[in-house]
Amino acid sequence: MISGIRAKLIWLAFIIVMITPLVAAATSELLAWRDSIYIMAGFAGIFAMSLLFAQPLLIGGYLPSLSPRNNRKIHKWVGGLLVAMVFIHVLFLWFTSPPDVIDVLLFRSPTPFSLWGVIAMWALFFMGLMAALRKKLRLSLHLWRRIHLALAMVTIIGSVGHALLIEGAMEQVTKIIICVLVIAATAKIAIKYLNQHTPRSGRRKP
Amino acid sequence: MTKISLTRRSFLAVSGAVAASGLPSWTVPARAAGLAPTRSMRGGANNYLAGAPIVDRIGGGGFWMSGTVRRAGDGAPLSGQRIQIWAHTTEGYESDWESHGATLTDENGNYRLEMPQIVPAFGQAHGHLAYDSGDFETVFLRPVMKSSKDKSLEAHFVLKPV
Repeated sequence: MISGIRAKLIWLAFIIVMITPLVAAATSELLAWRDSIYIMAGFAGIFAMSLLFAQPLLIGGYLPSLSPRNNRKIHKWVGGLLVAMVFIHVLFLWFTSPPDVIDVLLFRSPTPFSLWGVIAMWALFFMGLMAALRKKLRLSLHLWRRIHLALAMVTIIGSVGHALLIEGAMEQVTKIIICVLVIAATAKIAIKYLNQHTPRSGRRKP
Repeated sequence: MTKISLTRRSFLAVSGAVAASGLPSWTVPARAAGLAPTRSMRGGANNYLAGAPIVDRIGGGGFWMSGTVRRAGDGAPLSGQRIQIWAHTTEGYESDWESHGATLTDENGNYRLEMPQIVPAFGQAHGHLAYDSGDFETVFLRPVMKSSKDKSLEAHFVLKPV
Protein backbone atom coordinates (compact mmCIF):
# COMPACT_ATOMS: atom_id res chain seq x y z
CA MET A 1 0.00 0.00 0.00
CA ILE A 2 1.33 3.35 -1.00
CA SER A 3 1.65 5.77 1.89
CA GLY A 4 -0.50 8.89 1.99
CA ILE A 5 2.23 11.38 1.23
CA ARG A 6 3.63 9.31 -1.62
CA ALA A 7 0.17 8.90 -3.12
CA LYS A 8 -0.33 12.64 -3.00
CA LEU A 9 3.01 13.23 -4.73
CA ILE A 10 2.14 10.77 -7.50
CA TRP A 11 -1.18 12.53 -8.06
CA LEU A 12 0.53 15.92 -8.04
CA ALA A 13 3.08 14.76 -10.63
CA PHE A 14 0.29 13.25 -12.72
CA ILE A 15 -1.70 16.51 -12.71
CA ILE A 16 1.40 18.56 -13.55
CA VAL A 17 2.13 16.28 -16.52
CA MET A 18 -1.48 16.60 -17.67
CA ILE A 19 -1.72 20.38 -17.54
CA THR A 20 1.82 21.55 -18.42
CA PRO A 21 1.41 21.13 -22.21
CA LEU A 22 -1.82 23.17 -22.04
CA VAL A 23 -0.24 25.94 -19.96
CA ALA A 24 2.83 26.07 -22.22
CA ALA A 25 0.66 26.21 -25.36
CA ALA A 26 -1.34 29.06 -23.82
CA THR A 27 1.78 31.23 -24.14
CA SER A 28 2.22 30.52 -27.89
CA GLU A 29 2.52 33.63 -30.03
CA LEU A 30 0.50 31.88 -32.75
CA LEU A 31 -2.64 32.34 -30.66
CA ALA A 32 -2.56 36.09 -31.39
CA TRP A 33 -3.32 35.34 -35.03
CA ARG A 34 -6.09 32.82 -34.44
CA ASP A 35 -9.73 33.28 -33.48
CA SER A 36 -11.34 31.45 -30.56
CA ILE A 37 -12.64 28.56 -32.69
CA TYR A 38 -9.20 27.80 -34.09
CA ILE A 39 -7.63 28.14 -30.62
CA MET A 40 -10.20 25.76 -29.10
CA ALA A 41 -9.54 23.27 -31.92
CA GLY A 42 -5.86 23.26 -31.02
CA PHE A 43 -6.41 22.98 -27.30
CA ALA A 44 -8.89 20.12 -27.72
CA GLY A 45 -6.09 18.27 -29.52
CA ILE A 46 -3.53 19.07 -26.82
CA PHE A 47 -5.93 18.04 -24.05
CA ALA A 48 -6.61 14.79 -25.93
CA MET A 49 -2.86 14.11 -25.83
CA SER A 50 -2.89 14.56 -22.03
CA LEU A 51 -5.87 12.20 -21.79
CA LEU A 52 -3.92 9.62 -23.80
CA PHE A 53 -1.36 9.73 -21.00
CA ALA A 54 -4.03 9.16 -18.35
CA GLN A 55 -5.65 6.15 -20.04
CA PRO A 56 -2.93 3.50 -19.60
CA LEU A 57 -2.20 4.71 -16.05
CA LEU A 58 -5.87 4.35 -15.11
CA ILE A 59 -6.43 0.91 -16.56
CA GLY A 60 -3.07 -0.31 -15.30
CA GLY A 61 -3.92 0.81 -11.78
CA TYR A 62 -0.83 2.99 -11.48
CA LEU A 63 -2.65 5.93 -9.94
CA PRO A 64 -2.88 5.47 -6.17
CA SER A 65 -6.03 5.44 -4.02
CA LEU A 66 -8.32 4.24 -6.82
CA SER A 67 -10.06 0.89 -6.58
CA PRO A 68 -9.87 -1.37 -9.67
CA ARG A 69 -13.58 -0.72 -10.21
CA ASN A 70 -13.08 3.04 -10.13
CA ASN A 71 -10.08 2.71 -12.43
CA ARG A 72 -12.19 0.97 -15.05
CA LYS A 73 -15.06 3.41 -14.61
CA ILE A 74 -12.84 6.47 -14.98
CA HIS A 75 -10.99 4.85 -17.90
CA LYS A 76 -14.34 4.51 -19.69
CA TRP A 77 -15.33 8.09 -18.98
CA VAL A 78 -11.96 9.42 -20.09
CA GLY A 79 -12.27 7.31 -23.23
CA GLY A 80 -15.57 9.02 -24.00
CA LEU A 81 -13.99 12.40 -23.28
CA LEU A 82 -11.13 11.54 -25.66
CA VAL A 83 -13.54 10.78 -28.49
CA ALA A 84 -15.33 14.07 -27.76
CA MET A 85 -12.07 16.06 -27.74
CA VAL A 86 -10.88 14.60 -31.04
CA PHE A 87 -14.32 15.25 -32.54
CA ILE A 88 -14.16 18.89 -31.38
CA HIS A 89 -10.57 19.17 -32.66
CA VAL A 90 -11.59 18.10 -36.17
CA LEU A 91 -14.94 19.92 -36.20
CA PHE A 92 -13.46 23.25 -35.10
CA LEU A 93 -10.61 22.91 -37.58
CA TRP A 94 -13.28 22.29 -40.20
CA PHE A 95 -15.00 25.53 -39.17
CA THR A 96 -11.62 27.28 -39.51
CA SER A 97 -10.72 25.97 -42.95
CA PRO A 98 -13.12 23.44 -44.53
CA PRO A 99 -11.03 22.57 -47.62
CA ASP A 100 -7.96 21.71 -45.52
CA VAL A 101 -9.94 19.34 -43.29
CA ILE A 102 -11.71 17.73 -46.25
CA ASP A 103 -8.30 17.05 -47.85
CA VAL A 104 -7.13 15.44 -44.61
CA LEU A 105 -10.19 13.21 -44.27
CA LEU A 106 -9.85 12.12 -47.91
CA PHE A 107 -6.14 11.32 -47.44
CA ARG A 108 -5.09 13.86 -50.07
CA SER A 109 -3.62 16.55 -47.82
CA PRO A 110 -0.15 17.88 -48.68
CA THR A 111 0.81 17.76 -44.99
CA PRO A 112 2.20 14.39 -43.88
CA PHE A 113 1.31 14.88 -40.20
CA SER A 114 -2.39 15.01 -40.94
CA LEU A 115 -2.22 11.42 -42.19
CA TRP A 116 -0.89 10.29 -38.81
CA GLY A 117 -3.67 12.20 -37.12
CA VAL A 118 -6.47 10.83 -39.23
CA ILE A 119 -5.28 7.24 -38.73
CA ALA A 120 -5.15 7.84 -34.96
CA MET A 121 -8.64 9.36 -35.09
CA TRP A 122 -10.21 6.37 -36.85
CA ALA A 123 -8.47 3.92 -34.50
CA LEU A 124 -9.80 5.91 -31.52
CA PHE A 125 -13.33 6.18 -32.93
CA PHE A 126 -13.34 2.46 -33.67
CA MET A 127 -12.24 1.79 -30.09
CA GLY A 128 -15.04 4.01 -28.83
CA LEU A 129 -17.58 2.22 -30.99
CA MET A 130 -16.38 -1.17 -29.78
CA ALA A 131 -16.55 0.00 -26.17
CA ALA A 132 -20.11 1.22 -26.67
CA LEU A 133 -21.11 -2.12 -28.20
CA ARG A 134 -18.99 -4.25 -25.89
CA LYS A 135 -21.90 -6.15 -24.33
CA LYS A 136 -23.40 -6.93 -27.73
CA LEU A 137 -20.09 -8.01 -29.21
CA ARG A 138 -19.64 -10.71 -26.53
CA LEU A 139 -15.91 -10.99 -27.10
CA SER A 140 -13.83 -12.94 -24.64
CA LEU A 141 -11.87 -10.77 -22.25
CA HIS A 142 -8.67 -12.05 -23.85
CA LEU A 143 -9.75 -11.06 -27.40
CA TRP A 144 -11.21 -7.77 -26.21
CA ARG A 145 -7.96 -6.75 -24.59
CA ARG A 146 -5.94 -7.78 -27.60
CA ILE A 147 -8.01 -5.69 -30.01
CA HIS A 148 -8.29 -2.77 -27.60
CA LEU A 149 -4.54 -2.70 -26.97
CA ALA A 150 -3.72 -2.97 -30.70
CA LEU A 151 -6.06 -0.07 -31.51
CA ALA A 152 -4.67 1.91 -28.57
CA MET A 153 -1.17 1.50 -29.95
CA VAL A 154 -2.25 2.70 -33.39
CA THR A 155 -3.95 5.70 -31.74
CA ILE A 156 -0.89 6.54 -29.69
CA ILE A 157 1.72 6.12 -32.43
CA GLY A 158 -0.50 8.09 -34.82
CA SER A 159 -1.12 10.86 -32.30
CA VAL A 160 2.55 11.18 -31.35
CA GLY A 161 3.63 11.29 -35.00
CA HIS A 162 0.90 13.83 -35.70
CA ALA A 163 1.93 16.10 -32.83
CA LEU A 164 5.68 15.92 -33.39
CA LEU A 165 5.48 16.86 -37.08
CA ILE A 166 3.21 19.87 -36.56
CA GLU A 167 4.34 23.43 -36.14
CA GLY A 168 1.52 24.70 -34.00
CA ALA A 169 0.57 26.11 -30.63
CA MET A 170 2.29 23.37 -28.59
CA GLU A 171 5.59 24.35 -27.03
CA GLN A 172 8.38 22.11 -28.34
CA VAL A 173 9.88 20.75 -25.09
CA THR A 174 6.56 20.05 -23.36
CA LYS A 175 5.33 18.46 -26.59
CA ILE A 176 8.24 16.01 -26.70
CA ILE A 177 7.90 15.21 -22.97
CA ILE A 178 4.19 14.41 -23.13
CA CYS A 179 4.74 12.31 -26.28
CA VAL A 180 7.52 10.29 -24.59
CA LEU A 181 5.38 9.81 -21.47
CA VAL A 182 2.36 8.69 -23.51
CA ILE A 183 4.50 6.10 -25.30
CA ALA A 184 6.16 4.97 -22.05
CA ALA A 185 2.83 4.54 -20.25
CA THR A 186 1.37 2.58 -23.14
CA ALA A 187 4.48 0.44 -23.47
CA LYS A 188 4.25 -0.39 -19.75
CA ILE A 189 0.69 -1.65 -20.19
CA ALA A 190 1.57 -3.55 -23.36
CA ILE A 191 4.50 -5.29 -21.62
CA LYS A 192 2.34 -6.12 -18.61
CA TYR A 193 -0.28 -7.60 -20.91
CA LEU A 194 2.24 -9.62 -22.88
CA ASN A 195 3.74 -11.01 -19.65
CA GLN A 196 0.29 -12.08 -18.51
CA HIS A 197 -0.48 -13.79 -21.79
CA THR A 198 2.75 -15.49 -22.76
CA PRO A 199 1.58 -19.02 -23.61
CA ARG A 200 4.95 -20.60 -22.83
CA SER A 201 4.76 -19.71 -19.15
CA GLY A 202 1.60 -21.75 -18.77
CA ARG A 203 0.50 -19.71 -15.80
CA ARG A 204 -1.53 -16.60 -15.75
CA LYS A 205 -1.19 -14.00 -13.12
CA PRO A 206 -4.49 -12.81 -11.71
CA MET B 1 26.60 -9.93 -79.69
CA THR B 2 27.31 -8.77 -76.21
CA LYS B 3 25.86 -10.93 -73.55
CA ILE B 4 24.22 -8.91 -70.81
CA SER B 5 24.64 -10.54 -67.46
CA LEU B 6 22.39 -9.19 -64.76
CA THR B 7 24.16 -9.74 -61.49
CA ARG B 8 23.00 -8.12 -58.26
CA ARG B 9 25.91 -5.71 -58.49
CA SER B 10 25.18 -4.61 -62.05
CA PHE B 11 21.49 -4.34 -61.27
CA LEU B 12 22.23 -2.06 -58.33
CA ALA B 13 24.65 -0.03 -60.44
CA VAL B 14 22.12 0.45 -63.22
CA SER B 15 19.19 1.19 -60.92
CA GLY B 16 21.42 3.56 -58.95
CA ALA B 17 22.36 5.38 -62.13
CA VAL B 18 18.69 5.65 -63.13
CA ALA B 19 17.81 7.01 -59.69
CA ALA B 20 20.76 9.43 -59.79
CA SER B 21 19.69 10.75 -63.18
CA GLY B 22 16.69 12.34 -61.52
CA LEU B 23 12.99 11.75 -61.52
CA PRO B 24 11.46 8.67 -63.12
CA SER B 25 11.17 9.15 -66.87
CA TRP B 26 7.37 9.31 -66.87
CA THR B 27 7.37 12.51 -64.81
CA VAL B 28 9.61 14.42 -67.22
CA PRO B 29 8.73 14.91 -70.87
CA ALA B 30 11.28 14.08 -73.54
CA ARG B 31 14.17 16.52 -74.00
CA ALA B 32 12.76 17.82 -77.29
CA ALA B 33 9.68 19.09 -75.47
CA GLY B 34 11.87 21.36 -73.29
CA LEU B 35 10.80 22.90 -70.03
CA ALA B 36 7.94 21.00 -68.41
CA PRO B 37 4.92 22.91 -67.11
CA THR B 38 4.51 23.33 -63.35
CA ARG B 39 1.85 21.09 -61.91
CA SER B 40 -0.64 22.32 -59.34
CA MET B 41 0.31 21.31 -55.81
CA ARG B 42 -1.96 19.37 -53.48
CA GLY B 43 -4.14 21.75 -51.47
CA GLY B 44 -2.92 24.67 -53.60
CA ALA B 45 -6.43 25.88 -54.37
CA ASN B 46 -7.64 25.75 -50.76
CA ASN B 47 -9.43 28.94 -49.68
CA TYR B 48 -8.99 30.41 -53.16
CA LEU B 49 -11.28 33.35 -53.89
CA ALA B 50 -11.49 34.25 -57.57
CA GLY B 51 -10.67 37.69 -58.88
CA ALA B 52 -8.58 39.37 -56.17
CA PRO B 53 -7.60 42.90 -57.22
CA ILE B 54 -4.11 43.87 -58.38
CA VAL B 55 -2.58 45.70 -55.41
CA ASP B 56 0.71 47.43 -54.54
CA ARG B 57 0.78 45.55 -51.27
CA ILE B 58 -1.45 43.18 -49.28
CA GLY B 59 -2.27 44.75 -45.91
CA GLY B 60 0.62 46.25 -43.96
CA GLY B 61 3.34 44.25 -45.69
CA GLY B 62 6.70 43.20 -44.22
CA PHE B 63 6.97 39.88 -46.05
CA TRP B 64 7.87 39.31 -49.70
CA MET B 65 6.44 36.72 -52.06
CA SER B 66 8.36 36.52 -55.32
CA GLY B 67 9.09 34.27 -58.26
CA THR B 68 9.20 33.85 -62.00
CA VAL B 69 6.69 33.00 -64.70
CA ARG B 70 7.94 31.25 -67.84
CA ARG B 71 6.46 29.50 -70.81
CA ALA B 72 6.61 25.72 -70.97
CA GLY B 73 8.80 24.33 -73.72
CA ASP B 74 11.16 27.20 -74.58
CA GLY B 75 11.24 28.71 -71.07
CA ALA B 76 10.64 32.23 -72.36
CA PRO B 77 9.82 34.72 -69.58
CA LEU B 78 6.18 35.80 -69.61
CA SER B 79 5.49 39.46 -68.88
CA GLY B 80 2.21 40.97 -67.71
CA GLN B 81 0.93 37.74 -66.20
CA ARG B 82 -1.39 38.03 -63.22
CA ILE B 83 -0.42 35.98 -60.14
CA GLN B 84 -2.81 35.84 -57.18
CA ILE B 85 -1.42 35.35 -53.68
CA TRP B 86 -3.03 34.54 -50.32
CA ALA B 87 -1.98 33.04 -46.97
CA HIS B 88 -2.70 32.87 -43.26
CA THR B 89 -0.81 35.91 -41.99
CA THR B 90 -0.49 38.09 -38.93
CA GLU B 91 -3.40 40.07 -40.40
CA GLY B 92 -5.90 37.41 -41.30
CA TYR B 93 -7.02 33.97 -42.44
CA GLU B 94 -6.59 32.52 -45.91
CA SER B 95 -10.35 32.75 -46.35
CA ASP B 96 -10.45 36.50 -45.58
CA TRP B 97 -10.90 38.62 -48.71
CA GLU B 98 -8.30 41.09 -47.33
CA SER B 99 -5.68 38.32 -47.30
CA HIS B 100 -5.88 38.05 -51.11
CA GLY B 101 -4.08 40.19 -53.65
CA ALA B 102 -2.62 39.93 -57.11
CA THR B 103 0.33 41.35 -59.04
CA LEU B 104 1.67 41.31 -62.60
CA THR B 105 5.01 39.99 -63.86
CA ASP B 106 7.52 42.49 -65.26
CA GLU B 107 9.19 42.28 -68.71
CA ASN B 108 11.58 39.59 -67.39
CA GLY B 109 8.74 37.42 -66.10
CA ASN B 110 9.48 38.27 -62.47
CA TYR B 111 6.85 39.13 -59.91
CA ARG B 112 7.16 40.38 -56.35
CA LEU B 113 4.43 41.36 -53.91
CA GLU B 114 4.68 42.60 -50.35
CA MET B 115 2.24 41.09 -47.87
CA PRO B 116 1.89 40.56 -44.10
CA GLN B 117 4.12 37.96 -42.37
CA ILE B 118 2.94 34.42 -43.05
CA VAL B 119 2.37 32.44 -39.82
CA PRO B 120 1.98 28.67 -39.46
CA ALA B 121 -1.56 27.51 -40.09
CA PHE B 122 -2.74 23.91 -40.08
CA GLY B 123 0.71 22.89 -38.94
CA GLN B 124 2.86 24.52 -41.63
CA ALA B 125 3.89 28.05 -42.57
CA HIS B 126 2.84 28.15 -46.21
CA GLY B 127 1.54 30.42 -48.92
CA HIS B 128 -0.89 29.98 -51.80
CA LEU B 129 -0.50 31.25 -55.35
CA ALA B 130 -2.63 30.97 -58.46
CA TYR B 131 -2.24 31.63 -62.13
CA ASP B 132 -5.83 31.65 -63.38
CA SER B 133 -6.10 34.16 -66.22
CA GLY B 134 -6.99 31.61 -68.88
CA ASP B 135 -4.29 32.16 -71.54
CA PHE B 136 -2.38 29.28 -70.03
CA GLU B 137 -3.54 26.31 -68.01
CA THR B 138 -4.51 27.20 -64.44
CA VAL B 139 -1.89 26.39 -61.78
CA PHE B 140 -2.29 26.51 -57.99
CA LEU B 141 0.84 26.40 -55.84
CA ARG B 142 1.29 25.89 -52.10
CA PRO B 143 4.96 26.50 -51.22
CA VAL B 144 6.07 25.77 -47.63
CA MET B 145 8.52 28.01 -45.79
CA LYS B 146 11.78 26.40 -44.62
CA SER B 147 11.41 28.30 -41.36
CA SER B 148 8.33 30.10 -40.10
CA LYS B 149 10.67 33.01 -39.21
CA ASP B 150 11.52 33.60 -42.90
CA LYS B 151 10.65 37.01 -44.28
CA SER B 152 10.19 35.87 -47.86
CA LEU B 153 9.03 32.95 -49.97
CA GLU B 154 9.48 32.07 -53.64
CA ALA B 155 7.25 30.23 -56.06
CA HIS B 156 7.94 29.70 -59.74
CA PHE B 157 5.53 29.03 -62.57
CA VAL B 158 6.10 27.33 -65.90
CA LEU B 159 2.84 27.71 -67.79
CA LYS B 160 1.46 25.63 -70.60
CA PRO B 161 -0.47 27.50 -73.32
CA VAL B 162 -4.10 26.45 -73.55
